Amino acid sequence: MGALMVIFSVQPKQRRKTTDSVEDELELSTVRHRPEGLEQLEAQTRFSRKELQILYRGFKNECPSGVVNEETFKVIYAQFFPQGDASTYAHFLFNAFDTDHNGSVSFEDFVMGLSILLRGSIQEKLNWAFNLYDINKDGYITKEEMLDIMKAIYDMMGKCTYPALREEAPQQHVEVFFQKMDKNKDGVVTIDEFIDCCQNDENIMRSMHLFENVL
Amino acid sequence: MAGGVAAWLPFARAAAIGWMPVANLPMPVAPTEKNKRQDELIILNVSGRRFETWRNTLDRYPDTLLGSSEKEFFYNEETKEYFFDRDPDVFRSVLNFYRTGKLHFPRYECISSYDEELAFFGIISEIIGDCCYEEYKDRKRENAERLMDDQEDNKDAKLPNMTFRETMWRAFENPHTSTMALVFYYVTGFFIAISVITNVVETVPCGSSPNQKEVPCGERYTVAFFCMDTACVMIFTVEYLMRLYAAPNRYRFMRSVMSIIDVVAILPYYIGLVMTDNEDVSGAFVTLRVFRVFRIFKFSRHSQGLRILGYTLKSCASELGFLLFSLTMAIIIFATVMFYAEKGSSSSKFTSIPASFWYTIVTMTTLGYGDMVPKTIAGKIFGSICSLSGVLVIALPVPVIVSNFSRIYHQNQRADKRRAQKVQKARLARIRIAKTGTSNAFLHSKRNGLFNEALEFTSSTEEEQRLKSTSLLESQHHHLLHCLEKTTNHEFVDEQYYQQSYLEAGLQNYSSRSPSLSSQDGVTGTCCTRRSKKHHTPLPNASAPAHLQPLTHTHTHHQGLQELSTIHIHPLSTSRSSLNMRVDGPASLNCQSNQITTAIISIPTPPVTTPDGDLSHQNVVKVSAL
Repeated sequence: MGALMVIFSVQPKQRRKTTDSVEDELELSTVRHRPEGLEQLEAQTRFSRKELQILYRGFKNECPSGVVNEETFKVIYAQFFPQGDASTYAHFLFNAFDTDHNGSVSFEDFVMGLSILLRGSIQEKLNWAFNLYDINKDGYITKEEMLDIMKAIYDMMGKCTYPALREEAPQQHVEVFFQKMDKNKDGVVTIDEFIDCCQNDENIMRSMHLFENVL
Repeated sequence: MAGGVAAWLPFARAAAIGWMPVANLPMPVAPTEKNKRQDELIILNVSGRRFETWRNTLDRYPDTLLGSSEKEFFYNEETKEYFFDRDPDVFRSVLNFYRTGKLHFPRYECISSYDEELAFFGIISEIIGDCCYEEYKDRKRENAERLMDDQEDNKDAKLPNMTFRETMWRAFENPHTSTMALVFYYVTGFFIAISVITNVVETVPCGSSPNQKEVPCGERYTVAFFCMDTACVMIFTVEYLMRLYAAPNRYRFMRSVMSIIDVVAILPYYIGLVMTDNEDVSGAFVTLRVFRVFRIFKFSRHSQGLRILGYTLKSCASELGFLLFSLTMAIIIFATVMFYAEKGSSSSKFTSIPASFWYTIVTMTTLGYGDMVPKTIAGKIFGSICSLSGVLVIALPVPVIVSNFSRIYHQNQRADKRRAQKVQKARLARIRIAKTGTSNAFLHSKRNGLFNEALEFTSSTEEEQRLKSTSLLESQHHHLLHCLEKTTNHEFVDEQYYQQSYLEAGLQNYSSRSPSLSSQDGVTGTCCTRRSKKHHTPLPNASAPAHLQPLTHTHTHHQGLQELSTIHIHPLSTSRSSLNMRVDGPASLNCQSNQITTAIISIPTPPVTTPDGDLSHQNVVKVSAL
C-alpha cells in the first residue's frame, strides 16, 4: 500500500515536467531564419550574385537553421586555430558582426560584415576595426579594452610559441599601440586619431589590401 | 580541418583585418590562386547512377581519391564525367562524407564491402562519426572472430617440427586433434565417472546378514572399493604428471584452477596411504575423504558449459556479493526482531538471536520447515513481514545475475574486450594526431612556404610546380596562421621544441638574448629570405645544394635544436653535416606534405645563421644539455 502511495505521488510531477519540455522543444524548432531575397542583398552589399550564392551555401551548410549563435560561432572559429584558444577573440568578433545585438548572427549580418571587410573602402575597414576594438561601443578605445582584445589575440597563439609567451607581452603590445595611436595622450583613442594614424602607417595600409581577393 | 568549416575560411581570413592595426610587423603575402576556376558541378557516374556535386566539395579532403588529382584517372572524355565501377549504395555514404564532414556507416551494409569501398576511396575508417562507430566496431569484431574461427578449424592440420612435448600439450588441450587424444579424453572421463560413482555407492547400505546391522557397501567390500580407488588415483596421477610435463609454462600451469582441482582430488588418497591406522587422526582422515568429491569438478575440462558457468559466477562476483550482503542484513534485522518478539512466550524455540537466524533464513527463502514457528501475535506479524520481504530481497539481484550470464555467454571473452579497448585508444590517438596534424602541417609548410618564396627568387619553375601542390585551402589557412604570428610577433612551434626552450630558459639566460635578436630582426622589417641570403655563406659543411641555402632563416633555428636532441651523442660537426644532408629528404618530399599530416615527424632543418659567434655558443649549449 505504501508503495502504491509513493507511485501516485511521483506521477503528477512527471506530467508537469513533460508539458514544460514539449513547449521548450516547440520553441527551439521554430527558431529558423530565412534571409532576404538575393536582389535585396545584392543591392545592399558589394557582392555579385554568384558570390552571394557561394557564401550562402557555405553559411547554410554549417548552420542549417539560418542563424549562428555565439557557441556555434566560437566552435567554427576555433577550428582554424588548433593550437590556441580562440573563444575570447571569437566572442569579440561575434559582437562586431552582430550589429543589431540580438545574440545571433543572421546571414544578412554576416554578409554585410564581409562586404565591408572585403570590398569596403579603407575608411570603412578602419571603422570596422575600431568598432571591433571598442568593446562597449562608446566611441573610445581605452587601455583596458585594448588589453582585453590583445589578450584574446595572444590566447589564439596557444602555449607552444617561440619565443615563449610571457605574461607582460600583451601589456607591452598595448603600450606600443597607444604610443602610436594616442596623439593627445589622453589615455583613450578616438575614431579620428585611429583613422589618422592608420592612414599614415605604410604597413597597416598595405596589409589592409591583403585580403581583397579572398572570395 | 573539417570539411564543413572550409566554407568559412574566407570569413576567417576577412576577419583577420581586425589584427592589422595592432600588428607591428608587415604581413606575409597572401597565396594567389593561380588558376582560379569558377566553382563548377562535376558529375560522378558510379555504375550508372549519377551523382553531382560541386568541385569545391570534393576538394575539402585533398588526401582522398576524390579530392586529389587521382580522380583524373577515372575521367571519361566523351561523356565529360568521372566513371567509377563501384557500388553506388556505399558511394552515397562516401559522398555524404564530403558534403557534411561526417562519415556514417549504414546498418544494412556488409562490413567487408564497406571497408573495401573506404579503402578504394582513400578514407580511413577511424573518422566514422560517433553515432555509427560502435556499430561499425562491433560488426568488424564479429567478422574478425568468424574469420578466426574458420582459420582455427583449418589450423588443426599438424604442423611439422613440433616437439613431442608440444604435441602432447596440444593433444591435451584439444582432444579432436588426433585419435590418441580422443581415446585419452574418453578414458579419463570414464574414470572420473567411475570414481564418483564408487564414492557414492560406498555409502549405500548393502544387504547384510541378519545378525549384523546394516553396513554400507564400503565396509563390506573394502578390498574391491580400495582397488577401484587405487586404479582411479593411478590414472589421475599419471594424467596430472603428463600434463605437468607437457605444459609450456609449468609454473602457470601449477597455479591454474584445473590443476589445483586435480591435486585436491588425488591428495587424500596419498595422505591416507601415508598415515597409519592411528586412532587420533582417523577422524581427520575421514574428513579428508570428503575432498574426493572434488573429482567431479574434473568434468569441467570435458564440458564447455561448466566452464562458462564458472566464468560467469566469477564475473558476477559483485552481484553475488550484493545479494549476500543484503540477505545478511535482512537476516540479522529479522532475527533480532523475532527474538525479542518471542522472548515472552514460554517454551519458545527462539533461545537466542543466532538461534533465530535459522528461522529467518528458512522463512526468507520460503522454505518453511516448520521446526521453529512463532507463537505470539507480534511474532506472527513480524514473521509474515519477514517472508514477504524475503521474496523481494532474493528476487531482486537474481535477474541481474541471470542477465549477466546470458550477456557473457553471448559476448566475447575478456581478452577481446581488452583488445577492443586498445583499439579505442588507438582510434582516439589517431584522431588526436589528425587534429595536431593541422598545426604540424602548418609548421612544415611554413618552411615550405619560405622555400616557395626563395624559389620565386631563383625562379626554377619545375620545382615550383612540384612544391605548390599543397591545396589552396591549406595554403590559405597557413597564410592566416602566419598573419597571426606576425601580429603577435611570436611563432608557432611544436610541443617538443617548446619544452626544450623552456628548459633552456631555465638553464641559463642565454636564450633571453635570442628572442630579442629575432624581434630585432622583425622590427627592422626584413623579409626573411632576403636577409638570409646574405648570411648563408659562412655555413660550414655546406654540402647542401645551392638552392636549399636560402632556407636558412633566423626563426627556424630552433627546429635544428630539436634534431640535435634526438641525435643523442654525436660529435658536433657530423651532426651538422647529417642535418645538412638530411635536408634533401624532406625537400624532395614536399609534394607529399599533405600525406605527412597524420604523422608527427620532426623534420630537421639546417642550422641557422644568426651571427656566427652566437651559433657556436648555441651549439656548445646544446651539447651540454644532451
